[in-house]
Amino acid sequence: MATRLLALKLREICSSSIRGSPTRFPALSTAAAAAARAEPSSPIQLEEYEDTEEGITMKGVKISGRPLYLDVQATSPVDPRVMDAMLPFYLSRYGNPHSRTHLYGWESDLAVEKARTQVAALINASPKEIVFTSGATESNNISVKGLMHFYKDKKRHVITTQTEHKCVLDSCRHLQQEGFEVTYLPVGSDGIIDLDLLRSAIRPDTGLVSVMTVNNEIGVIQPMEEIGQICKERNVPFHTDAAQALGKIPLDVEKMNVSLMSLSGHKIYGPKGVGALYIRRRPRIRVEPQMNGGGQERGIRSGTVPTPLVVGMGAACEVAMKEMEYDDKRISALHRRLLEGINSKLDGVVVNGSSERRYAGNVNLSFAYVEGESLLMGLKEVAVSSGSACTSASLEPSYVLRALGVEEDMAHTSIRYGIGRFTTEAEIDRAVELTVRQVEKLREMSPLYEMVKEGIDIKSIQWAQH
Amino acid sequence: MIRAGCRKFLGLVPQKNNQAPVLVRLYHERVVDHYNNPRNVGSFDKNDPTVGTGLVGAPACGDVMKLQIKVDEQTGKIVDACFKTFGCGSAIASSSVATEWVKGKQMEEVLTIKNTQIAKHLSLPPVKLHCSMLAEDAIKAAIKDYEAKRGQSGENGAPIEKAADA
Repeated sequence: MATRLLALKLREICSSSIRGSPTRFPALSTAAAAAARAEPSSPIQLEEYEDTEEGITMKGVKISGRPLYLDVQATSPVDPRVMDAMLPFYLSRYGNPHSRTHLYGWESDLAVEKARTQVAALINASPKEIVFTSGATESNNISVKGLMHFYKDKKRHVITTQTEHKCVLDSCRHLQQEGFEVTYLPVGSDGIIDLDLLRSAIRPDTGLVSVMTVNNEIGVIQPMEEIGQICKERNVPFHTDAAQALGKIPLDVEKMNVSLMSLSGHKIYGPKGVGALYIRRRPRIRVEPQMNGGGQERGIRSGTVPTPLVVGMGAACEVAMKEMEYDDKRISALHRRLLEGINSKLDGVVVNGSSERRYAGNVNLSFAYVEGESLLMGLKEVAVSSGSACTSASLEPSYVLRALGVEEDMAHTSIRYGIGRFTTEAEIDRAVELTVRQVEKLREMSPLYEMVKEGIDIKSIQWAQH
Repeated sequence: MIRAGCRKFLGLVPQKNNQAPVLVRLYHERVVDHYNNPRNVGSFDKNDPTVGTGLVGAPACGDVMKLQIKVDEQTGKIVDACFKTFGCGSAIASSSVATEWVKGKQMEEVLTIKNTQIAKHLSLPPVKLHCSMLAEDAIKAAIKDYEAKRGQSGENGAPIEKAADA
């Protein structure tokens, strides 16, 4: 009787521990139990997130509501119209587009092809030239590594810039380890590359030139048509990372003479986890696939194409095509409002990157004598991002700002505001108000500001290095 | 009876709760507090012979701390302290804590304050330990400056533009 009860209980405890529910481990003196006791018997401790009427508390910080979202370069909210387009493909039309034998597959395939045309229309390409991937990072990987591996016998050189996205720079570094040569072109203090330098850097064995259209940190727009012209003359494939540019500035792969273009879904109010790669067919560009498998997407990217995500991206592109002009006008006005608001109340504010050749939705400002992370700490009600050292794990400031030649003390002070389709004037005004208040408070606390006010030239002081 | 024994054996009797997990928030709360309500921000007159100024760090590293102490000449006790910092939230908090701790102490006593104590008080993560190091250096630099001034007490203590060596 007792043994039966014992066995029942043991079985229960074993099964519940497999299920992972928090159980108090019995005080058995076996090795397994001892090991189990050593580990915490509760499930993985996730950060607590209290959301009450008084406000939200997370990571020890309490704010009165959700912060204002001014970080559109990091990601964007999904447009409700895009969500409407996606939902049926999760709930009722959930077939695999590669299933050829039934309606579910056929309708999914139709939806994917429709999305392909929508994406292609936005960049003036043919739908046959669009390959869906998991994001711009994957597209960049395929472009840089895939292309160079394909042409590795004849082409051993890659040209890129110092301000590229990490995925491009890391792919280039990977290529360097394999024995390829990479030239990282410097940029001017406005963030734009020097076309003569590019011309002189191209060699007979150059296999790829990779320059991003709109920079994610500083928002400068590179002279795409001129670069495309140079690459066409010298017959070098031209790849561009257009993740931040798609749907925001007009893109035309014919005018820009682009061979490969990486696109991202979640930067244009689409879903996360999807992107696309434009690969030119005339003249044909060949790449070695990075994902091997059943040969989907013309053999370039195997794997089931995620229908809802792809439909979302297509819908986002269509919406972007319709709204690009209107968004541009609105965002430019908000950009001016933000800058005027801040400049009228504060001095010592520097805009990083060119002011003329810039995407209006990206405002990267440096506030002199104030450090970026401490400013972010005070701007908890505004979601923005910084290019300062403290926000990265090392003590190095952002490599993009360093490439611009920004003085080291200024590189620690930068904040990036992102203005998007859903940003309102009230949000901008509030962000200006909070920023001004915090900067003034921090300048009160800053020894550098004090020294400047007293008339001491900071650059003349010899600092004790650590 | 055997059944009761089995029950207890199998842990059906409620056991005492496990020790509560370490609160990750504590770091942020104290640092946030010092950031929102900074204590002792300000400046003393550099030329005042009773004031020692420690200026450490470099803008290139993203951290500059200026710590000033006012010392009672007879007793050698630090009667007042203030700071100004260019740096992240942890740096501000570290220097704020440093000024709180040196007030009312003897100069020799204050030299024993270690960065590890400051870091523990604020629960600084490893990546922010250099902030507490800088605070410790700032205290030492301030003391050194005061001593140097006292050594020159024959002449008028000229303000030192060069940052003190840590």
